[in-house]
Parts: sequence; C-alpha cells; structure tokens
Amino acid sequence: MSGAFRIPGAGRFSQAKTARFSFDGQSYAGIEGDTLASALLANGVHLVGRSFKYHRPRGILSAGAEEPNALVEIKRDAARKTPNVRATVQELYDGLDAQSQNRWPSLSFDVGAVNDIASPLFSAGFYYKTFMWPKAAWKSLYEPKIRAAAGLGVSPDQPDSDHYSSRYAHCDVLVLGGGAAGIAAALAAAETGVRVILADEQAEFGGSLRFETGAKIDGQDGFAWAQAAIARLSAMDNVRVLSRTTAFGYYAQNFVGLVERVSDHLSAPGHDLARERLWQVRAKRVVLASGAIERHMVFADNDRPGIMLAGAARTYLNHYGVAVGKNVGIYTANDSAYAAAIDLKKAGVNVAAIVDLRDNPTGPVIDEARALGIEVNFGRAVIRAGGKLRVSSMTVQPKNGGGERTIPVDAILMSAGWTPSVHLFSQSRGKVAFNDETKRFVPGTYAQDCVSVGACNGTDGLSATVDEAYAAGAKAAKDAGAKTAKGTKPKVDASESWSRGMLGAAPGAGPDTTVKAFVDFQNDVTAKDIRQAVHEGMRSIEHVKRFTTNGMATDQGKTSNMHGLAIAAETLGKPIPEVGLTTFRAPYTPVTFGAIVSHARGPLFDPTRKTAIHPWAEAQGAVFEDVGQWKRAWYFPNAGEDMHAAVDRECVAVRKTAGLFDASTLGKIEVVGPDAAKFMELLYTNPWEKLEPGRCRYGIMLREDGFIYDDGVVGRLAPDRFHVTTTTGGAPRVMNHMEDYLQTEFPHLNVWLTSITEQWAVIAVQGPKSRDIIAPLVEGIDMSDEALPHMSVREGKICGVPTRLFRMSFTGERGFEVNVPADYGQAVWEALWAEGQKHGAAAYGTEAMHVLRAEKGYIIVGQDTDGTVTPNDAGLDWAVGKKKADFVGIRGMARPDLVAKGRKQLVGLKTKDPKVVLEEGAQIVEDPKQPIPMKMIGHVTSSYWSENCGRSIALALVAGGRDRMGDTLYVPMPNGVIEVEVAGMVFFDETGGRLNG
Amino acid sequence: MLLIRCPYCEEERPELEFRNAGEAHIARSANIAGETDDDFEKFFFIRSNPKGIIYERWRHMHGCARFFNAVRDTVTDKFVMTYKAGEPKPSKLPGVAK
Repeated sequence: MSGAFRIPGAGRFSQAKTARFSFDGQSYAGIEGDTLASALLANGVHLVGRSFKYHRPRGILSAGAEEPNALVEIKRDAARKTPNVRATVQELYDGLDAQSQNRWPSLSFDVGAVNDIASPLFSAGFYYKTFMWPKAAWKSLYEPKIRAAAGLGVSPDQPDSDHYSSRYAHCDVLVLGGGAAGIAAALAAAETGVRVILADEQAEFGGSLRFETGAKIDGQDGFAWAQAAIARLSAMDNVRVLSRTTAFGYYAQNFVGLVERVSDHLSAPGHDLARERLWQVRAKRVVLASGAIERHMVFADNDRPGIMLAGAARTYLNHYGVAVGKNVGIYTANDSAYAAAIDLKKAGVNVAAIVDLRDNPTGPVIDEARALGIEVNFGRAVIRAGGKLRVSSMTVQPKNGGGERTIPVDAILMSAGWTPSVHLFSQSRGKVAFNDETKRFVPGTYAQDCVSVGACNGTDGLSATVDEAYAAGAKAAKDAGAKTAKGTKPKVDASESWSRGMLGAAPGAGPDTTVKAFVDFQNDVTAKDIRQAVHEGMRSIEHVKRFTTNGMATDQGKTSNMHGLAIAAETLGKPIPEVGLTTFRAPYTPVTFGAIVSHARGPLFDPTRKTAIHPWAEAQGAVFEDVGQWKRAWYFPNAGEDMHAAVDRECVAVRKTAGLFDASTLGKIEVVGPDAAKFMELLYTNPWEKLEPGRCRYGIMLREDGFIYDDGVVGRLAPDRFHVTTTTGGAPRVMNHMEDYLQTEFPHLNVWLTSITEQWAVIAVQGPKSRDIIAPLVEGIDMSDEALPHMSVREGKICGVPTRLFRMSFTGERGFEVNVPADYGQAVWEALWAEGQKHGAAAYGTEAMHVLRAEKGYIIVGQDTDGTVTPNDAGLDWAVGKKKADFVGIRGMARPDLVAKGRKQLVGLKTKDPKVVLEEGAQIVEDPKQPIPMKMIGHVTSSYWSENCGRSIALALVAGGRDRMGDTLYVPMPNGVIEVEVAGMVFFDETGGRLNG
Repeated sequence: MLLIRCPYCEEERPELEFRNAGEAHIARSANIAGETDDDFEKFFFIRSNPKGIIYERWRHMHGCARFFNAVRDTVTDKFVMTYKAGEPKPSKLPGVAK
C-alpha cells in the first residue's frame, strides 16, 4: 500500500510499483513516479518543515519549482547531503532518506517556535533596529546567535563526492518550458528542420496539462497528446529534448544556462553518471514558454500545513493519484480553484465549501460545482485558519463584515490567480508592462532575439496559447534560417479558462497588526510587515523588499512578489505600475555549486605548471612552493634538516663551492627582426643599439607612468635577435605589454615576438666551482674569462644538445645559466649534477635563491617594488639610458612627484641585534615614542637570516632612505620595538669581485 | 557571455577568447618626452567613461592575438562594430541614431 490517501485507479503511475523511503527516520511507501511531496501527502504527511524566522509548522504549498515551504535535506551518504531540496521537485527513489530542517528537538515539537509567540519583537527591520550596539557584539554575539536560530538547511561538512559535467551547445531555436505552448512551438520549429532544443524542469513534459483534465488536443487527452508529441520530437535528428532541465539564467546574446538533473532521481546511480549537467546554450532564437505560477490567498494563518495552492492539489490528484485531504475547503478569487473542487469531488473527496471572494461570478465551472452539490459562497472571505500542526478549520465571514462561521476542514485549497513567469524574459533585459485589466505584468519591450508564448505572455486559454506558440515557433525557425515549413498545427478541441484573480491581501489579513497573513512563506514576511515598511518610510519597492526581505529567499518570491507589490501600492495609495516591479535575477531556482564548478576543482581547478626538472627535484625530496601556476623547488632538505638548516646549508654551498638551481620558470621572450634593437630601445630604459652580439645586459621595463614593471637579463644573440628574460610571474603580462606596443604604437617596426618560456629549460650553476662543473660537458664554447666574461652569452652544445649558455649571476658568484631545449632539461641537469657532486655542489631552491640575491642587493620586482617604485627609487638610475629620446615611461618618470625629494628609496637595513630577523611588511618609524597612530616612513620588503653574513639582512623602502645612511630607525612590533640601522643594499662582497673570481 | 567579432579572424567568437584593453584612439605622442604635464595627464590619466557609445581596444588573446578596436554601448553591452587597429574612428555607426 502506497499511502492511505492514494486513490485507487487515479493518477498516471502504476500503484503497484512501490518505493520505500524515510522521512525524519520514519519509513513510508510511495510509488515510482512520485515526488517526495506527493509520496508524503499520500501518507497523510503535511507537516514537513519549520519556517525560517518564527519556526512555524509548515506544509507543502505547491507541486513545483516555486515551493517555498517544503524544503528538506536529502542524504545519500555522509558526504552527499543536500540541504534545502524542494520536496515538490525531488523525485522519489527506493531508499530515499529525507530529513526536515530548522527544528529542534523534533519537527512537531520545536523549541524555536517561541519566536512565533515573541513575534511582535521580530517584525520587519527588527535586526537592523535592535542589534545596533555595542558594535563589536554584532560579529561575536548577535550574528552567530541569529544565524543559529534562523535559517534553513545545514551545509554539508564533507567534500562533495558526486561528479558533475558540463556541455556547450548551439541551436537555432531554444524552447524553454515543455507545456502545451513549449511543445507546440518546438513542433513548429522542428518541422522546418532547424536545430531545436526543448527543455523542461519536470520529469514529464506537459506543464499544466499534468492537472488540466479538461484539455483535449488533436482528439486526445492533453497530457497524452503531450507525451505523443515529445515522443515524435525525441525521434527527430534535429531536436534535443531535455527533461529535468531548468533554464536558470538568460545572459547576453541568447546565451542561456540550463542545469539538467541527471541522477538525483535514481536509487543507485552508478558513479559513471554525473549528478547534474550544466548546459551552456547559444541559440539564434529563444522561445520562452515558462507558464504561470498560481498565487496563494493572503489571510490569517494561511501557512498552516494542509493549506495549499488549488492547482497543486489538482496535480497531486490527477497526476499522482493522491488526495490532499478527506474534507477540503476552497478559498478562491478566480475560476481555476473550482476545477480542483470538481476533480476532488468526483474522486470521492468531500468538499466542505467553496468560498469565493468575488461577488457574483458566473461560468460553467461554477455551475458544474453547484451541480455536483458543492456549497458555493460568493462575496465571502476566509478570515482565519484553525489548527496548528495541520489545518483543522476555516472561519468564513462576508467580506464586508458580518457573522462568522467556522467550517471544519483538513485542507484548504486556495487560488488568488496566476502570475505569468516573466523571470527569464526579465533576465534577458526585456522590460515588462503592466496590464491594468488583468492585473499582471507581461513581457513588454524585448531586448534580445526571443519571444514569449502562452501563459508567461499573459495569453489565456489553451487554444489561443497553442495558436500563438505554433506561430511563434515557426517564425523563430524562419528567422533562424529555416526555408520550409511542412507540419500541421495541433488542434485544441477543449480547454479550461483560468484568467483573472486578485492581488494583495484579502480581508482576512488584518488591518490589525497581530495577524500573521503570510505573503512570503520562505522568509516569513506578512502583510503587516509590508504595511509597516511603508509606514516607516520605504517608498520604492526595492526598499520595501530589502527592509522586509519579501521575495529575497531562495524561491525568489515566485508566489509572493505580486502580493507584496500590491500591498505596498495600496498602502502608498499609488497604482501598481508606479511602484514598480523588483528586478528578476539569475538563477531562476537554486543551482548547486557542483553544477557550476563541474570538473574544475581539485587538481583541475587551475593548471599546474611543472618544469622539466620537476621529477628530479621531487625524487630528491624537495619541498615545493607555488609561484603563480608553477611548482618551484623551495628547498632540498637533507635527512633531519628543517627549512632553516637546509637553506643555510644551500646558501653556504653556493658561495663555497657551487649550487645548481632550476630557473626554468623564468619568462623568456625572443625578440627578432631587423628592428629588434629599436624595439628594445623603446620597451626598456636601457640602451641596446650598441650592445654587441654575444653580450648581455640587465634591462628594466617601465609602464608609461614611469614605474618599474619588470626586469631581467637580456642576451643579444645576433644583431637582429634578443633572448629576453622576465620575472617568473611577469612573463604573460610582459608579453602582452610588448605586443600591445608593437601592434598599436610602434607597428612600423619590423619585429616578431615569441614566447619561449616553455621551450627552454634553464639550469643555473652558480659558485666558485661553476665553470669546473660545466666545462667538461660543453662543446664549441670557449669557457675562459676572456672569451666568456661576466654578462655574455654563447650558443653551442652541452651533453650533445644545443645550448644558449649565459654567463650571468643572480647570486654575486661566478655563474652560468644553461638553457637547453626543455625535453633535455632533466638529462642535462642530471649530467651537471653528477659533475657537481665531484666538487661538493648542492642543489638549491627558491628560498636560498632569495637569500643569496638579497645578500647582493639584487631586487625582485613585485617584492621590493610594488608598482609605485621608479628606477631611481630602487637605486637603478645607472640602468636608464640618459641620452635616449624615447622609451615607455620616459615621460611618466619625469612627473613632478616622481622626481620630488623625500620619495621612498630602497635601502638595506641591519638590525642592531644581528640575530633578530625582521618581518617582511613591517612598518618603519623615526621615533618609536610618538603617539599612535605613528608616522610611518617606510616598510621592510625583504628580510632573511644570512648564514654567509652571520647576521640578519633586510631591504626596505624608506622615505629619503639614501640620505639616512647610518641612521637609526625603529620597527615597532607587537613584542617590542626593533632598532635598525640604515645601510647600503649590498651585504656581501661589496666590490663584486666574486663575479669574476 | 558576449559574442565579439574579431576583424582579423572575421568571425564572431565568445568573450572568453578576448581581453579588454581600455579606451581606443588615445595616441601616444611621437615626442612624448617633450609633453607638458597637462598633455601627459590627458594622455595617460583621463578617460571618457561614457554612458552609451564607447570606443575601446580589445585583444583576441586566445585567438589570433591581435589588438583591434570596437564600438560598444555601455548601457546594453552590445557591440555596434569592430575594426582593425590603426583604422580611423568610424564616422557613421550602423544602427545608431545621429
């Protein structure tokens, strides 16, 4: 048995195929095809959650994506727990495990419900007004407590073990919504042969045909026609039909985001199946057929479990075979709820009464209800619902006042009318227009190549809808390039009418201020909250929305926006269009992070770049650091060594014998062409024309503003060929900077730029023994100091492979940088390492490299400079060509502030206590006794322990720094003030003799 | 995601392939070193930031890597047209009044 409220023979699924599930630990049976909501209702369970703020008992309001109340947690295993799942969307599978949310200790007895009694304290704007001071308490006390008390689901606490996929698709016509309108449009477009994608959020296509028993198309029942049409479309090669697929965002130029729920409905999805699939579709034309959403009636205690939308009750009956009660009341302001009463009555459910707010409506459904013996009351309102965990009665009163009458019921089905779903239209930047006659916003001015059809366009009646949609589908196909149409339009034989209705609060919603007549169920916003917001001075609907939070929950106000707007307009005494509609934003319904992130997580989040020598470093036990996307060997600890010991040893080895360093990550750009030297003259501060082939120069690149942008050693291989190196992190932007000038400012120069960063592996061999290590492996290059002096470059062979051998140094020692094609990087490294072992050389990492260069006062752009440092500030005036008429930055550098006195200049700092190592980023002051806030005159940019110097060393940017040589300055730190002496930037081998020795 | 027509590739390609490179038609003086402070300020710091039609530079970074110019409406984000670097500012814009 699949529930006491299942009606034998009703619904579209076999009641024999049962599926077990549990809710809050209790086991139930449903049937295959159920949603969690229909299965719960079949078992008579209406109470499914507690509300956000007041912890009020809540039931199931709807049968679709608009559901504000029935949010549950679905748990597959410890890692796969999804909070805030709409029970009306979640399909049932055997073994489904669902939990209610926002209640403690249990759903039927929730301590937090004290908020409901204390609700006069929690009215609109309560948090803003109450928790103002002390300011510090907001972060430490108020916010954590409020967040714990309010809110819905709990975030999963383990990494998501599901996987997600992602696809791009292109089509001629994209149809969003698979009800009668969407299907008709898709048929018309597909029959022309153009590429069509049709998507619908439900498991079965049909939209409102799921409940409209009165619909007949092409001689068939409406729902059966829909299934036949979908079968036809699915069989066509030019059509892709996507069910369980929600269009959540409509972006520029008909770019639409869809998310397909691939396996959330399966009992045991294999791991080869993604949980969800993100579709990013670019369509020539879009047909919006998103339908309409029914509104509830706003009256006192309209949130009791058992009170739901009339259309939802019909869906549960006609589609799932479930009666939502045994004795139901109807409260309506339009015709459509009558159909629910009629269907339920025919299914054997007692309909206690229909309460219709309208005075004297007429029509076939009213006559039919009467003929079935249902009591119909006009001009009356339900002013109150009885019951707490489940509705038990409705109290009826003539709408202009008078005697009350209480009718026992176990469910109230309500309908205030239908709101066109203009969400996607609005997201496309289309402007909605208010139709005063029908009291609804419909698509007005279009901004993109799309068209709305059917209920979302304000078109009433199935016949008009199908006509409109079929014509729109055909036109969209034609506009997208279709030549011929050869189909026939579906013929509507019978349909239902459910236009009109009312907006805003019904008589049962006050005006007194204690009544809770909910407008927004998910955020617990009542009619009085909206009136209060207006009384407190909110005039714009955007302010009312933010003050009350109406429509700001995850359901984005699908049921509440129009009511909220109408109440605000009424209170303001303004017509609705003057108050305006709030903006609809993506996503239409919540989208998981998993679907958006897809495979781009973990190792696939960002590319990892590894050098050719990486495997060797890894095998040596190197510790790596991230430098941009690169993994760089940070240090190479021997057994038992910590970082400090390893770095000290590496630094000493380089200066004593030699060290090998993987410098492959250095950016490298080849500048080639007849005008290469001219181009270099313009892009760097230095002069290049006279640099002889075979020699190198340290170059500085500025931005037009005169500040240092990058630096590096440049070798001139030939008159028309420069091998330029850049900082590791700067390579892409330097290339972009060069291309920009070459293409747009200096296009007359005949030059080619090629990134060669990954083509060459670079092995730095540095130290007194460096030549002895390299020389035995080199062919065709004279390694003598006379033939290959410091700052020169030769091409030849090493270990039999081509090399660009640079004699250069970033350590202050005799040094070489061996460039070899990357494929040979590791082999050459291993050969050099074997040679190095004969001399006691060490491998060193980036940390030792930093220390060694700081000992020599060599700057690192981006560490010792920050985008506001000129060459002069950095003590690099010598690298600026004084006779040059032009280079990028020449004018910026001459700006008054950049040549003014007192600029921060790069200097060395020595702590008075040589054992104390300063912290990088620490601020520097002249007088540590001055009151706080002190005047800061600079900061530490680089700071290390130097084993070679036997003391700490630091570089710092200090105002007027070069005029302060020998002065004492102070670095205030939490544990006391550190005294420092301003010094030169070179701490080791000040004369530079070791470069050649 | 916008579609942008690269005037070199002569194709509409997704925005992901492109990088914006700031306002177009701001020429660097051939005698930049001799510019007054005021002229340099105008050249380097002052940008029009219009509400409406903007002339700007884009680079087809992950395509042909060429810089080109584009006319875009900053209100709708719509590209009116694109043209090659070095070509003059178009005097008439397709589909734009005035």
